[in-house]
Formats: sequence, C-alpha cells, structure tokens
Amino acid sequence: MTLLVLADHDGQRLDPASRSVLSAARQIGGDIHLLVAGSGVEAVAREGAACAGVSQVLWADAPHLRDREAANLAAQVLALAPAYTHILAPASSCGRDCMPRVAAQLDVEQISGIVAVHGPDTFTRPIYAGNVLATVQSRDPVKVITVRCPAFPPVGEGGAAPVEAIPAVPDLGLSRVLERRLDDSGRPDLGRARVVVSGGRGLGSRENFQALLQPLAQRLGAALGATRAAVDAGYAPNDWQVGQTGRIVAPELYLAIGLSGAIQHLAGMSDARVIVAINKDPEAPIFQVADYGLVADLNQALPELLAALG
Amino acid sequence: MKVLVPVKRVVDYNIRVRVKADGSAVDLADLRMSLNPFDEIALEAALRLKEGGLAGEVLAVSCGPAACQETLRTALAMGADRALLVETDVELQPLAVARVLHAVCAREAPGLVLCGKQAIDDDAGQTGQMLAALLGWPQATCVSELQLVEGRIRATREIDGGQEILETRLPAVVTADLRLNEPRYTSLPNIIKARKKPLDSTCPAALGVAVAPRLQILGVSEPARRRAGVKVQDVAELLEKLRQEAGVLQ
Repeated sequence: MTLLVLADHDGQRLDPASRSVLSAARQIGGDIHLLVAGSGVEAVAREGAACAGVSQVLWADAPHLRDREAANLAAQVLALAPAYTHILAPASSCGRDCMPRVAAQLDVEQISGIVAVHGPDTFTRPIYAGNVLATVQSRDPVKVITVRCPAFPPVGEGGAAPVEAIPAVPDLGLSRVLERRLDDSGRPDLGRARVVVSGGRGLGSRENFQALLQPLAQRLGAALGATRAAVDAGYAPNDWQVGQTGRIVAPELYLAIGLSGAIQHLAGMSDARVIVAINKDPEAPIFQVADYGLVADLNQALPELLAALG
Repeated sequence: MKVLVPVKRVVDYNIRVRVKADGSAVDLADLRMSLNPFDEIALEAALRLKEGGLAGEVLAVSCGPAACQETLRTALAMGADRALLVETDVELQPLAVARVLHAVCAREAPGLVLCGKQAIDDDAGQTGQMLAALLGWPQATCVSELQLVEGRIRATREIDGGQEILETRLPAVVTADLRLNEPRYTSLPNIIKARKKPLDSTCPAALGVAVAPRLQILGVSEPARRRAGVKVQDVAELLEKLRQEAGVLQ
C-alpha cells in the first residue's frame, strides 16, 4: 500500500493538523508520501520531510496553487492519484473543500472525518453531531479520507525523506481568492490550542464577551471559542464557533462559561481532556459533562478567577 | 438563470437519535423528519436571488423515498417554483446523490446550484463539491455572503481562523453556511398554494445512474458518555482542583 497525504499549510509552516493525518496514515500502514502544494513552499516541503513516517515528499509549486483553491488543488492530487491506495487530508476547511472533488473524479465515496482506523478499509466516523459513531468499510479501490485531527496524536520529527519537485498542474482558472481575513490576535488557533475559553449567551453582550473572556484567554494563553447562540447574538465572530457546524476541538482544558451545553455545542468539545463549567443555572446540561462545575454568577466569578490566577 | 436547489429529508435537528439495540443502524422509526436546515438556507438564498431579479426559476430536487415529497412540498411552500423527486428506497451515499444531481443538471441546465454545506444526519459535507467536480464547475463552499456581480459569483466563505472572499465563474455550485440568511417561515396560504405547484418524479434508473452504496456500515454505537464530575464551591477550590488533581494549570 502507498498512501498520499495532502499537507495543510499557511505558505510558511506545515499545519500541525497534517502531523495528525500522518499519524492516522501510519495506523493504516504502508509507504507514506506527503504532497506539499503551494507557492514558494519549499520550506514547508522540508519541514514535511522531517516528519516521522514520511518516505517521500512531493513538492508542487506554482502561483495558482498559493491559495489552495479547491479545483486546482484537487487537480494536483488527481494527477498523482493512480499511484496510491489511500489519499488523506485533514478535515480542515481546505481538506473539506478539496477532497470530495478528488473522490468524485475517482468515482469513489469519500470517508469524511474519521476518528479511528481499524484496518486499511475500515474506519470509524461520527454522525448525527457526534451522537453516533459509525464504523464503515469501503469497497472502493482507492480510499479518499478526511481525518478529524484531534483524534490522532501528531507525529514528531525523525524523518529524512527525499523532496522531489513535481510539475504543477495547469491553472483551471475557475475561481480566485480575492481576499483572506484571518484572525491576527496572536492567540493560538482554536483547533489546536491547549486551553480554550468558550462563552455562551450567558455573557449577555459583545462587550462582556470581550471584557470578561479576553483577559482570561490572554492569561491562560488560550484560544477563544463561542456557542452558536453567542455567535448568532453577535457576541463573537463566526469563526469562534465550536460545535457540529463550527470547529471541533479537543484541548487539554476547556472552560465553558455562561453556556448551557446544547447537543450541537457538545459535539464540538466533548473530547476535551478536562472540562470546566461556570454557569449560574445549576440545572444547565453542561454540568453533566463537566469535570468541574462552579455554580456562580460569571460576572463575579471571572474577575475572581483572573485575580486568583495572578 | 435557473437555480437548482437539492433538498434532503433528515431527522429533525431537535431530536437526539438512538442506536438500535443490535447496533446495526440508527433507529429512525417514527421520528419527526424535516428539510435539512442548511438546504433551507440554500433555498432561501435562491429565492432571494429570484426576488432580486437575478435568478429565474427555482427548482427543488430531492433524492430518496416517496416520503421526500413532503420535503419538496415544504420547499414549494417556501417559494420554489417546481420540484423533482428522484425516487429510490436504496440508502443513498454522497457520491450517488452527486451523480443523480449531475444527471438532473444535464437535463435541466441550471446556471447555479445552491445547496447546504452538509446534511445534519451523516455530517459528510461532500455532495456539493462532488457535484461541482462531476460538472467541471467551480465551487464556493461554506458561504455566509453571496453576491452576483457581472455574471460572476462573489462569495464570503467561512474558513478555519477567518473568512475568504472568493470569486468564481458561472455556472457554479455554492454551499450555504449557517449565517447566509434566516430562512422565511411558510405561511398557510403558501402551503395551500404549494399543493398545486408541479412536483414531478423520476428514478435513478431512468436517469441512467447506479446508486448502490459503496460504503458498508458495519455497525453503529453511541460514544462513551462523559460522566458529570464534581461541583466546586468557589474559585479557590476550582483552581486547586485544576492544579493539584487535573494537573492542567501550573
């Protein structure tokens, strides 16, 4: 078996999510090749070559691959596809955008968001907002897979794979990215932060969200998250949403503040190692999944917490 | 420009599903079913394009058992002009649906396909992208703002860590994210009017599409539930527990 992993990166660094995909690929077994496609991404290719378990890095470089637009990226993967039994990518916005195109053009069903590997063709994936785990077996000749990264420990260093420059596919010219607005707060990314501070509608206003959660996140080096209700109420931007239809996170510590614990939200954070809930309603469902619950008014508890942390 | 909106019949989002005792499948008997919420948002977007004079006919298409007629009637009541059911009792997986829709597009020649970014049952999030690939069209997925400018689409996409503005050619496939719009409620007069709107039906074989599943579900289970931990009295006790017991803070 030879596996192809499509790397996620920001043009400068290999995204840690890719190390989790490599980890899933190692569980499947076989020779692992890493495809680094982008513009001016030799450094990313070198970083990939040093990842444990990678036996070959394929490096495709062209201006029209810079934005990792789905059609061009899928075409690049498809150009290599005949040599592989498995093609994997993270279940990130890029992987979710591109991989179904790859699967459709190979005439195979994709296996989305796997959380466990049972063999070369059998995997577990969550359905129904994580309320059910389905174990599926693919009969297709090629397995096209996206990986839910928090479920697999990232591989470390130790590889010394050769880097081979490969020709970039021609620009299909179907779409172009005009602009990207990315969070530049300096806080860690929600998907890979060790600590996440998340707020719900209990915060009461956008101002409170900022005034109470921001300093706490700052102090803990945490990413900020929010419930769908808080985002809908305009307290927090869309990309902070944690849940079935937002980001899936599995940090060491998840602080759930002023949020009730809707199923939709729990689907995005139930795999955190330690969950802390602060809510004034002792009946809030979040307390049923929290390791530590504090029934308190967050307007008092949060400043106290911040002061006690020093 | 005709707009095609695929709509899926799914278990209502308020319902927490259970696994059958033998672990073979999810127990769907007697559950309330609805139009997939993201498809509802896609349909609303199509209707707004039409009301703004930017689109002509809005065609809703569903694939599945006869009961999907209800879903299509809901779409017609919201304002779709016409509906098509591709009827089958086979369990449909995303590629099969994309191939059916591909065949429907060949017949209907829409200028835009607007669908939900994912269905809330299988959470696969693939059909729109697969359809775009089969058609050789561009796609804009997870769209929270949509404009048609001089025959092109300008879409704001929700991506990890922020947003992206993407411009694509038409025809294209656009998948709707949660905040693209708030779908309208259907009024009683519109529900009654919808009964008279055309609802055609066909089947995958008539479209020349094989839909047999490729992924076999070996079993389903419910994830291990987290157990409720302890309640702490105050902030001091919380910090002590996080430092001493859980070891997640220094």
